[in-house]
Amino acid sequence: MQELRNKVKELLSKGTVQTVIGYGEGTAGKVRPVFITDPGNTDSLIFDLRCKQNLAVYLLKPEVKQLGKAAVVAPLFTLKTILQLAAEFQLADGDIVIIGMDDEGKLIEFPDLAAVEAFVTRYDDLSAETKAELDRIEKMPLEERWQYWQKELSRCIKCYACRAACPLCYCTRCTVEINQPQWIAVPSHDLGNLEWHIMRAMHLAGRCINCGECARACPLDIPLNLLTQKLIREISLHFNQRAGIGSKAENTLSTFKPDDKENFIN
Amino acid sequence: MSEFEPKIVAFVCNWCTYAGADLTGTSRIKYASNVRVLRFPCTGRIDFMLLLKAFANGADGIIVSGCHPNDCHYTSGNFHARRRWIVFRSLLDFIGIDVRRIHFAWISAAEGAKWAEFVNTVTADIKKLGPNADYRRLLDAGIA
Repeated sequence: MQELRNKVKELLSKGTVQTVIGYGEGTAGKVRPVFITDPGNTDSLIFDLRCKQNLAVYLLKPEVKQLGKAAVVAPLFTLKTILQLAAEFQLADGDIVIIGMDDEGKLIEFPDLAAVEAFVTRYDDLSAETKAELDRIEKMPLEERWQYWQKELSRCIKCYACRAACPLCYCTRCTVEINQPQWIAVPSHDLGNLEWHIMRAMHLAGRCINCGECARACPLDIPLNLLTQKLIREISLHFNQRAGIGSKAENTLSTFKPDDKENFIN
Repeated sequence: MSEFEPKIVAFVCNWCTYAGADLTGTSRIKYASNVRVLRFPCTGRIDFMLLLKAFANGADGIIVSGCHPNDCHYTSGNFHARRRWIVFRSLLDFIGIDVRRIHFAWISAAEGAKWAEFVNTVTADIKKLGPNADYRRLLDAGIA
């Protein structure tokens, strides 16, 4: 932790960056994001197992950009997000300083995005538990699967915390806010909830890097990241593509191969 | 009680399937009248949300059809559409929507007979599945 604080102090006092986005102690044993602009304030920075929020969500916010060049404390999932944002031309190499953190909380130096790429490709996208959970739902009979999701999604209150927490949901005007035509019903009834969650997953197809922030942000504990995890698995199966492993990677749904295989088109 | 007549919405591209369906008509081939044809510039233009809207507006079945691979008027619209359908279809199946209600096809401007046969087959299939009861229940529960 001291290593991290020293690094941040150095970055700020040398003027390499004007702000550092990191983790700090919150209330009730929770961790909150901190934005440090003063090299004297680095003591509020922490890093431990509770630091799971994907801080890359702040990188594209106009309010944060106003603070000047930023450095971000980046565990594995944040590193992948940064690569995906670069692949989508939202960030360029050198726009931000990456303070990489490994599983043990050791600092990793990343001189450029190529170094990040070399680091993240070592890790799998889906954990064994996730795969087992996907298998469990896939094996349910259709009606049971429908009931399962109806039960889960009926809790949704359309607060859009999943959208706000997702670093890849950066559109300034989301389809749910478009009312001419009204794509998604505003009230949180079963139809609108279903449409919203299908749309959210589809808009993240081939882009989601599985940080799980959407599910953690959900105040109703809906396992909504299962939908994006399912798409990660399908996309890897059908197109052999993974999001968040290359800063110049192609986007799955905006590219194609003439020999893409399917078995349902007559 | 009269037999269940499904409502089927067909999303077709202007250049191949729409012209193909036109050929069916000018060839005087009769086919099931359950289908409502919507013409799009290209299958690449068919947003997945439109398919959900068809269900939300009471469709029992959906047809999506366009040019054969390599025949797209815009070179690659159908290739993009194919990727989107592969992903979308697996998501719908995962969330518990019966994907047997959505049928995909490549039907060219010369395949009037294939269009008639395809619509007839789809109509028979959807008749067997019955009304889209799960989705209707959502609509009834909804305020919108």
